[in-house]
Amino acid sequence: MSDFYHSEQDSDRFRNRLLVAGTGVLLAFLLLFGRFFYLQIVQHEYYSTRAESNRISLVPIMPNRGNIVDRKGIILARNYSAFTLEITPSKTLGLEETIDGLAEIVEIQIKDRRRFKRLLEESKNFESIPIRTRLSDEEVARFAANRYRFPGVEVKARLFRQYPEGPMAAHAIGYISRINTKEKEAIDEGGHGANYKGTDHIGKIGLEAHYEYDLHGTAGHEQVEVDAGGRAVRVLSRTAPIPGNNLTLTLDSQLQKVAEQAFGGRRGSLAAIDPSNGAVLALVSSPAFDPNMFVDGIRFDDWDELNNNPDKPMLNRAIYSTHPPGSTFKPLMALSALTVGKRTPGQAIADPGYFNFGNRRFMDDKVGGHGMVDMYKSIVVSCNTYYYVLANDMGIDNIARVMGDLGLGKKTGIDIPGEATGILPSQEWKQQRFKKKEQQKWYAGETISVGIGQGYNAYSTLHMAHALANVLNYGKVFRPHLVNTITNPNTGEVRTVEAEPVRQISLKTEHVDLIKRAMAGVVKEGTGARAFAGATYESGGKTGTAQVYSLKGGRYVAGQVKERLRDHSWYVAFAPADKPKIVVAVMVENGGFGAQSAAPITRQVFDYYLTGQTPGGPAPETEAPEDATDGPLIEEDAHEAD
Amino acid sequence: MKLIKRFFRAIVDHLDMPLFLIVLALMGVGLLTVFSATSSDGFEKLDKQLINMAVSTAIMLLVARTPPQTLMRFAVPLYITGVILLLGVALFGIVVNGSRRWLSLGLVRIQPSEIMKIAMPLMLAWYFHKHESLLKLRHFLIAGLILVIPIGFILKQPDLGTSLLIGASGFFVIFFAGLPWKIMLGLGAVGGAALPFAWSLMHDYQRRRVMTLLDPTSDPLGAGYHIIQSTIAIGSGGGLGKGYLNGSQTHLEFIPEKHTDFIFAVFSEEWGLLGNGILLVLFTLLIARGLMIAAAAPTMFSRLLAAAITLVFFIYAFVNMGMVSGILPVVGVPLPFISYGGTALVTLMLGIGILMSIQTHRMLVKK
Repeated sequence: MSDFYHSEQDSDRFRNRLLVAGTGVLLAFLLLFGRFFYLQIVQHEYYSTRAESNRISLVPIMPNRGNIVDRKGIILARNYSAFTLEITPSKTLGLEETIDGLAEIVEIQIKDRRRFKRLLEESKNFESIPIRTRLSDEEVARFAANRYRFPGVEVKARLFRQYPEGPMAAHAIGYISRINTKEKEAIDEGGHGANYKGTDHIGKIGLEAHYEYDLHGTAGHEQVEVDAGGRAVRVLSRTAPIPGNNLTLTLDSQLQKVAEQAFGGRRGSLAAIDPSNGAVLALVSSPAFDPNMFVDGIRFDDWDELNNNPDKPMLNRAIYSTHPPGSTFKPLMALSALTVGKRTPGQAIADPGYFNFGNRRFMDDKVGGHGMVDMYKSIVVSCNTYYYVLANDMGIDNIARVMGDLGLGKKTGIDIPGEATGILPSQEWKQQRFKKKEQQKWYAGETISVGIGQGYNAYSTLHMAHALANVLNYGKVFRPHLVNTITNPNTGEVRTVEAEPVRQISLKTEHVDLIKRAMAGVVKEGTGARAFAGATYESGGKTGTAQVYSLKGGRYVAGQVKERLRDHSWYVAFAPADKPKIVVAVMVENGGFGAQSAAPITRQVFDYYLTGQTPGGPAPETEAPEDATDGPLIEEDAHEAD
Repeated sequence: MKLIKRFFRAIVDHLDMPLFLIVLALMGVGLLTVFSATSSDGFEKLDKQLINMAVSTAIMLLVARTPPQTLMRFAVPLYITGVILLLGVALFGIVVNGSRRWLSLGLVRIQPSEIMKIAMPLMLAWYFHKHESLLKLRHFLIAGLILVIPIGFILKQPDLGTSLLIGASGFFVIFFAGLPWKIMLGLGAVGGAALPFAWSLMHDYQRRRVMTLLDPTSDPLGAGYHIIQSTIAIGSGGGLGKGYLNGSQTHLEFIPEKHTDFIFAVFSEEWGLLGNGILLVLFTLLIARGLMIAAAAPTMFSRLLAAAITLVFFIYAFVNMGMVSGILPVVGVPLPFISYGGTALVTLMLGIGILMSIQTHRMLVKK
C-alpha cells in the first residue's frame, strides 16, 4: 500500500491495535453512559430527594410564649428578644477550631463552653446549639464582618423569658428552663413532638408548668433553601406560628407583695382565697428565689446555694409543706360536731383544766381550766378540754368523714403542680400508712389529740384556707385557682378557668353562722384581739400552734427552746366578718404561738386588701403574754403528772 | 487585502476542520459550564477561561503549522529537560498542599510533570520510530525504562493523577508500537500480584481515596463528601436536567471543585442524561477523528504519536467522568476542554496541534 511502511504486517498490526483501542473506548463510554443512566433515570427519584433535602431545610419557628399578668394587668412573665450565637455542629469545619475562632471575636467564657458541651450531648447533630446568649450589638456586628470564616455559625434572634417582678410569687408563677430528656419523652408521648421541634424551653414548676400547652402556642415553620454552609439563601414558604395564650391571674400582685413583705424573710407560707369563687388572691412561700436565674441555664454556684440553703427557698411551702394545724382546727371540729349532731351550740362542759382518758391525762394550757365552756367560748378562748371531750365523743372516723368533706386530706386541685395530699387521720388511713399489724390499730387515745389539731393531722396553708373558704361559702366548693382567664391573643377569645362550683357540702346556715360569729369573737375578745387591735373592719380568725418538739413533763417556754424547735405559728382568718371577701391561712415556721407571728401578718394583709393601707415593714411579732391562752398541747402521762 | 488572505490561508492550511469543530464545540460547552459554576463570582473566571482558550488555540495553530519532523527533533531534548526538572523538583521543589510538585525558576513557577505529558509520547514515538525496522524485545524494555523513570519521580511528589496520565500516554505508544499481547498479559498478572505491595507504598490520602470509592458513605463528611455530593448532582439531574443555571447542588455550593475537576457534575445536573449523551458523543467523535488521523499517518513516529495522544484524551475524559460519577477513585484529572484552568488547556491544545500537524503534513510528506 504505502511505500513508507516497511511491511504490510506492521501496518496491519497497527490498524488492528487501533481497532482494539477504538472498541475499548466505545466500551468504556458505554460503561459511563450506563452509569449515567443508572444515576439519572433508575435512581433519579432517590437522588432528587437527596438533592432536595440538601437544599431545603424545614426550620421550625418558635411561637411567642404567652404572657402572664396579674388580675390588674401587671406583667409577671413576658418575653424579650436577644441575639444568640449558634453553631450547627454538623456544618462546621471543626467544632473546636470554630469555637476557638469565635472566641477571638466575641467573649466566650468557660461556662459558655461547658453549657455548649452539655447541650451538644443532648442534641441531635443537625440542631443549632447556642454558644453565647445575649450578644451585644457590637458583638453582632463583629461577627457579621467575620461570618464567612465560620460555616455553620449563625446569629439568631431568640426570645427569652423574663419575670419582671423577680422573686415575687415565684413559686406560683414558676419558671421555664431547658427541656430535659425526660420532659422530651413526655412531650413526644403526649403527641406534642412536632410542635416542640424548635422549642428548647419548657415550664418546670408553677403556672409555667401547669399551663405549658396553653402558654406554648403552635410552632410555625419556614421552608428555607440552604447552601452547603448551612446558611439560608432564601425562604421558600412560611407558615406563621400561633402565639401562646395569655394568662390573667386571680392573683393580686400588690397584695402578694404586701404579704411577702409581712413575712420579712421568715420561713412560712400564706394562702389567700376569695371564698365566693375560689380565686387565689395571694400565695406566699417564704423565702423565695428569683426565677430569672433559671431561664438561661442556672449558674452552678447559684444552684448549689439554692439547694444547700437550710431555709429551702425552692420549696413551695404553701402547697407542699404540711403541719398539724393546731387550734385552727377547732372551728372545723365545732362545725363537724354540729353537722353530725354530736353537739348543740348551747351545750357546755365544765373544764377542770384537763381531760382524763384511761390512765392518761390531757392538759388544757390554762392551769385550772376555763370554767363552763360552750361552743362559742370554746373557739374564742381556744379551750382544749372542750375538744378532747368532743373528739372522744365523735370518734376518729366521724371526724375524718366531715373534715374530708370540707376538703382536708386530699389535693385541693389548685392549678399548679406539686400539691401535697396532707394527712387526715382515720382508721383506714392508719391501716394503709403502717405495715406492721400492731401499728395499724387505731387507739381511741389518738383521737383526742386529733381533736385539737395535733397528732397525725398535717395540712398545708392552702388546705386550711380552702376548707375555711368552703365553710364560709356555706358548703359551696370551688377549686382554688390562680388563673382567672386564658386569652387567645389571635382570636381574642377568652376562656374562664373556674366559673362553677365543683361540689356542694351539706352544711346548715345557722351552723356556719355560729362558727363565723365565734371566729369574729376570737378577734374581738379572744386570742386574736391583740393583733387586730384598732382595725377599722371586723374580721374573724383563729390562732393555732403546731408542736414541733414534745416536752415530757415540763412546760413549754419559748425562750428556752432552740429556734428550729420552736412551735409553728398558725392563723386562719376571713374579712369582713359578715360577708367575707378574703380568706387567709398563714403559717410561720418556728414562729411560736399563733397570735405571735401569723396573726400580725394576716393583719397587714387584711389592712391592705380592705383599706388599701400599705404597711411600713414586716409584721411585728407580739410578745408572749404571761398566760398564753393558745399554748401548745402538753400531753402528760397521768402517772407522771401525779 | 492580499496580506490578510495569505494570513488566513496560512491558518486554514494546517487546520483539520472536523477536529477543530469538535474542539470548538467542547470548549463552548466548557465556557457555558464554567460560567454556571462560577456565576456567583461574576464574569471573572469566564473572562480568564476565554483568554486561556484564545492563547491555547494560538499555540495549537502554531504547532499545527510545525511539521512532524520538526516536532520529532524536540523529543529527546524535551524529555531530558523534563527529567532534569523533575529531579530538581524532588530536590528543591516547593511544597503546596502536602505535595512537592512545583519548581521555582526565579520569577516563574513551573510544574515539570506537565512538560512530561507531551515529552513522554514524543520521546517514545521517536524512540520506536528510530528502531522501526528491527524492533526487538530489548527495545520494549528500554521504552519501559524511559516510561518508568519520570513516573517514579512524579509518583514520589506525590501526584497520582498526573502519573496515571503520563503512564497511560507512554503505555499507549508502546502498545501501538506492537507490544506483544503475551507480554501485556504477563505484565497485567504481575501488576495484579503487586497490588498489595503497591497498597503498602501508597500514601494515606491515596488509600483513603480508594477506600472512599468502595464505600463513600463510610466518611460522608470527609473524603466521601465529594463523591456523594457529585453523584447526587448527577442523579438529581435526571433525563433532561434541571436547566441551565438551575442546578441546586451547584449553586448552593454542595459540589466541591465545581469549576475544575468536578465540573462534570455541574454540567450533568443542569443538562441531564441528554447532555451527558451529547458530551459522550462529542468525545467519541474527537477520539474517532484522532484515531483516523493516526490510521492515515505516514510515519511510525506520527502514527504512534497521534494514536497515543488521542487515547490520552480518552483517558482524561473517562477518568474524570468516572470519578465524578463515583466509579473511579478521585484523582486530580480535569475534564478535557471543559474544566477551568490554563495549564491543562494549553497541554491539551498542544496535543490537538500535534494531531493537526500530523494530518495536514501527511500529503506534503507523500509528495
